[in-house]
Amino acid sequence: MVAEAETLPARPRASPTTAGAIDVDLHPAVPGMAALLPHLDGHWREQVTSRGIDGLESVMWKPWLPISCRPDWRPASGKPGASLAMLRAQALDAFATEVAVCNPLWGAPALPSEDMAIALCRAVNDWIAREWLDAEPRLRGAILVPPQAPDLAAEEIERCAADRRFVSVLLPAMTEAPLGRRMHRPIWRAAERLGLPVAVHAGGTYRHPPTATGWPSFHAEDHAGQAQVFQGQLLSLVYEGVFGEFPGLRVVLLDAGISWLPNLLWRANKTWRGLRAEVPWVARSPADLIREHVRFSIQPLQGPPDAEGLERLLDQIGAERMLLFATDWPHWRFKGNEAIPPGVPPDWLPGLLRDNALETYPRLRETMP
Amino acid sequence: MNVEVDPRRALPAEARLRLVDCDIHPMLRRASDIKRFLAPEWHDYHDRYGNLLQQPFADANPYPKAAPALSRRDAWPANGGPPGSDLELLRRQHLDAHDIEFGILQVLWPTAARQRNLGYAEALCRAVNDWQVADFTSQEPRLRGSIMVSQEDAPAAAAEIARCARRGGYAQVMVMPRNTEPMGRRRYWPIFAAAEEHDITLGCHVGGLNGYAAASGAGHPSFYAEEHHSNIFAMEAMITSLVFEGVLERFPRLRFVAVEAGLAWAPSLGWRLDAVWQRFRDELPEVKRPPSEYLRERFWYTTQPADEPEDPRHLREVFDWVGLDRILFASDYPHWDYDDPGRALSVRLTPAERRMVFRDNAMAVYGLS
Repeated sequence: MVAEAETLPARPRASPTTAGAIDVDLHPAVPGMAALLPHLDGHWREQVTSRGIDGLESVMWKPWLPISCRPDWRPASGKPGASLAMLRAQALDAFATEVAVCNPLWGAPALPSEDMAIALCRAVNDWIAREWLDAEPRLRGAILVPPQAPDLAAEEIERCAADRRFVSVLLPAMTEAPLGRRMHRPIWRAAERLGLPVAVHAGGTYRHPPTATGWPSFHAEDHAGQAQVFQGQLLSLVYEGVFGEFPGLRVVLLDAGISWLPNLLWRANKTWRGLRAEVPWVARSPADLIREHVRFSIQPLQGPPDAEGLERLLDQIGAERMLLFATDWPHWRFKGNEAIPPGVPPDWLPGLLRDNALETYPRLRETMP
Repeated sequence: MNVEVDPRRALPAEARLRLVDCDIHPMLRRASDIKRFLAPEWHDYHDRYGNLLQQPFADANPYPKAAPALSRRDAWPANGGPPGSDLELLRRQHLDAHDIEFGILQVLWPTAARQRNLGYAEALCRAVNDWQVADFTSQEPRLRGSIMVSQEDAPAAAAEIARCARRGGYAQVMVMPRNTEPMGRRRYWPIFAAAEEHDITLGCHVGGLNGYAAASGAGHPSFYAEEHHSNIFAMEAMITSLVFEGVLERFPRLRFVAVEAGLAWAPSLGWRLDAVWQRFRDELPEVKRPPSEYLRERFWYTTQPADEPEDPRHLREVFDWVGLDRILFASDYPHWDYDDPGRALSVRLTPAERRMVFRDNAMAVYGLS
């Protein structure tokens, strides 16, 4: 654990609108390889030490990027997200959150070696359980796995799921092959069987460029391009028949934005009507499948700047149960306590803050009424 | 063929809306006909080697399309050539039937712009540009050509733009989003400089295939249904690159038309780029204004494939977000996903707005008269 900042933010007003909410997207940071050594076996402890293996933060979430930490949340020293005290003060207490899900974005799933990737993911999962879940009863964990090693990933999901505090699986958005491809089915099968939604978070393996046009110049383009990445993954899950084969599966898109969703649904329905002979196993429209199986965190929203525009956008999406509350702590998405943008209809709030997450993450219901 | 039952037939000629169609695809009657226009020193190469693109097949696309030659079943001419190769049928079935005042030709085959052999690419582009004039625009005053350029050889592209601009008969320079690198990068700037110098619009028709960059950062999809939809993703990445690289500031008179991607994605792209720009402003010093302003002022969007929201009211909301002065009708004749101008757009427009979308906007952006 990194030393605390000298001053922690002031406590918030007494009863924020988010009181009792479920926050589905917090990012505790692995401080470095040293923190994981106790969770590695002898072989891997020797390997990472003798080879000097470290620095595996995702390039999209380098700790020093402005987007990686809200300015008033940035610690005086150490990585953003490395302090449990700051997580408590800035996320859990500030929003009076009842339960929150930890999604570590460390880059282990992007390692080309399946063996090293799974060893380091296992270490991260054990480290989350010991250093965060044991220390703070409001926290839950997501099981970090490498998508390019589906059999190993399924074993790791099984292993961690024995601890009921792990409530979901975590995959990066940019994968070697789209997530609908058959190779990934062991992951979907394990997740469905164990009642775990699969969260997909912006970032990834960088096996190929983050855009269809090749390698762009700027971090900003990698971030902007994630909208297309998520859409590509949803089309793959729909057309490869994953939702038909795993009817209990839920997929949660984290850090995806939501304003692209109406166009995705409309165009996918139109394309499916024209081309469904190519994919005869897709028996329902893409919009139906996506609305049933897919959920979105609301930060970042990246929608119309005005409340009326946002109301229109939400009306176009037409499914209030798809949206889940998240602060995306410590990423820089909003200021103050404005995690819920103006324009969200008041009658959507109970679902958005709590009920939708309880429906999506069955294990949360075990400890919450 | 719907000509005989088209209710607009009953209208007197002066009451009918004359149209501009921004996307008509011409074809060679026989592939070998291009040799009539290809420089003689390239004939042997053309015969012995020929087409070499960034994809696996000699004479097929890795994503087989929905129909032979990608076309409507009723668009095959009696001349034995493929759809789009018979000017008489094009006139009768499309230009006359729909009162088309001007039509912009977009050449997809021969695939001159992306030949890996740059010498062949340059020669083939010249041939394609001369063929359009000889077989189409010089014989039919309603048609305008597109200047095809070797996109990976910017100096050659600039020279070809200058040659064709001197000659006349072309409405635009045609480029495709899926280059070797994102379109805004410096290697492509000579193309923009030439287009601006000759005051020619850039028509960005969906397509290209660069092998190493998947249809999105999610990876290479399996199905045509995914690839067809993914055209939007490449268009979005291209626009992101043009904005973030500062191309729109450096070339302040350039106009871009996004062709065959529909348009309902454009508002969401603007919101997302604005949000990303807010966080990465100091990485993007060439971007002087919120990205959505460039989208609103420097880009136009063609309608086809027509966006079809589940609730038609939503299409009007999208049109208002995009801006009615930005929207250009396109049919994609003779392809399978062709849009009939009388039926494709289920959006409520005033007569003045219809004139803008179906005619006046295109007259202005392409400088037609």
